[in-house]
Amino acid sequence: MTQPTIDSATFDELKETAGAEFVNELVDTFLAEAPLMLADLRSALAAGDADRFRRAAHSLKSNSHTFGALALGALARELELTGLDHALKAGTQRLDALALEYSRVAAALTELRHA
Amino acid sequence: MRDVRHGAARLLVVDDNKVNRLLLARNLELQGHSVALAENGRVALEMLRRESFDLLLLDIEMPEMDGFQVLEQLAKDLHLRDLPVIVTSSLEGIDNVVRCIELGAEDYLTKPVNPVLLKARIGASLEKKRLRDQQKELVRRFATPEVAQDLQESGFALGGKRVRASVLFSDIRDFTPLAESQPPEETIDLLNTYYTLMFDAISTHGGVVTHIAGDGLMAIFGAPLPLPDHCASAVRAALEMIELVEMFSRERAAAGKPQIRIGIGIASGEMVAGYAGTNERATYTCIGDTVNLAARLEAHTKVARRAILIDGTTRTALGERVMVEPLGPVPFKGKAAAVDVFAIDPSQKR
Repeated sequence: MTQPTIDSATFDELKETAGAEFVNELVDTFLAEAPLMLADLRSALAAGDADRFRRAAHSLKSNSHTFGALALGALARELELTGLDHALKAGTQRLDALALEYSRVAAALTELRHA
Repeated sequence: MRDVRHGAARLLVVDDNKVNRLLLARNLELQGHSVALAENGRVALEMLRRESFDLLLLDIEMPEMDGFQVLEQLAKDLHLRDLPVIVTSSLEGIDNVVRCIELGAEDYLTKPVNPVLLKARIGASLEKKRLRDQQKELVRRFATPEVAQDLQESGFALGGKRVRASVLFSDIRDFTPLAESQPPEETIDLLNTYYTLMFDAISTHGGVVTHIAGDGLMAIFGAPLPLPDHCASAVRAALEMIELVEMFSRERAAAGKPQIRIGIGIASGEMVAGYAGTNERATYTCIGDTVNLAARLEAHTKVARRAILIDGTTRTALGERVMVEPLGPVPFKGKAAAVDVFAIDPSQKR
């Protein structure tokens, strides 16, 4: 993986248009909401709820793109587009990969937030 | 409705995702708008029905009620269907964009939304809304509420439909010499007061004024909206018109001004009602023998020296409710057979 966890151009542009202080708050919101989305993905997978699974992946993709978390966005996008059936065959493997990438994103954002 | 010309508008942002909601609201507030938030379609619809907004920013993928369902609900709602909607979504696929536009969305922006693009699209949407509001206001001012409502519900289309209705013509007796004997400003004042009184009498009884020209007017009872007892309504309106003109005339006499009198003709039956003209300029009107007859009856009031003349159809529908004086058959231009004409004494109680 050659791309950075957070694309700095995207993140800088976000700060410039929305204001650095606001972006800090937005990061806090994301760090509070994203674990819920990851949990939602797991429970939707366990319950076989395709709509909920797709929506959670969609939300995570959308927010990842906002902050420039391109790799996380790509993983979430794949889950959104391939759907529950595909994820069921793959087991929890892809969700684990997603969670791992999220932990990198969370660390990077936390660092940026205090920068 | 707020004045959105100077850019500031009240917007509703609907998104189930908190980060998206906050970021969109932030961008909009930085552009000077005031923003309210809803977390799904159902909540958004409740807010839209309770409060007034200039524009809706709508996410598609949401629990409870998604954006497609919101667009469908808005299209069905007479009060909300003109609300501009900009869809902001990270849903992929051109079919989703097409579906939103087909359901009535004004625009579709992909998330993350570029703030500059957002500003441009919102500006364009609000400007379009302002023009639409202006147009509605014009329709309201130059058309009657009934015609405005018919236009809003059925849309504009040239052509008419057959209806059963009563048509009323009225004008001021000896208006030309009166107008020539006074300054034009005074004539405008006179006409304005006169029309205010006449519109009031006509609309009180369910009629719609379709034409005014000089000192004359035409009104329809029973179109565009059906009116059960349209003959009696037209006659009651006529009696009230005469009474109001008499009051107005007494006031004028007291102020040393010449008195005025009016003549009214009413005919009832089948006619074609609808929009006539061109696609650019049209009026709501009624056309048919019944309309011509009402105009002839109004002209005949001068010959018969009666204030109100009606045709046989109107007379029959009145029954015993109003005292009617038969004047016998009168040959009218354009009519093969003579027409039975009846006069109504305006001094009787309505």
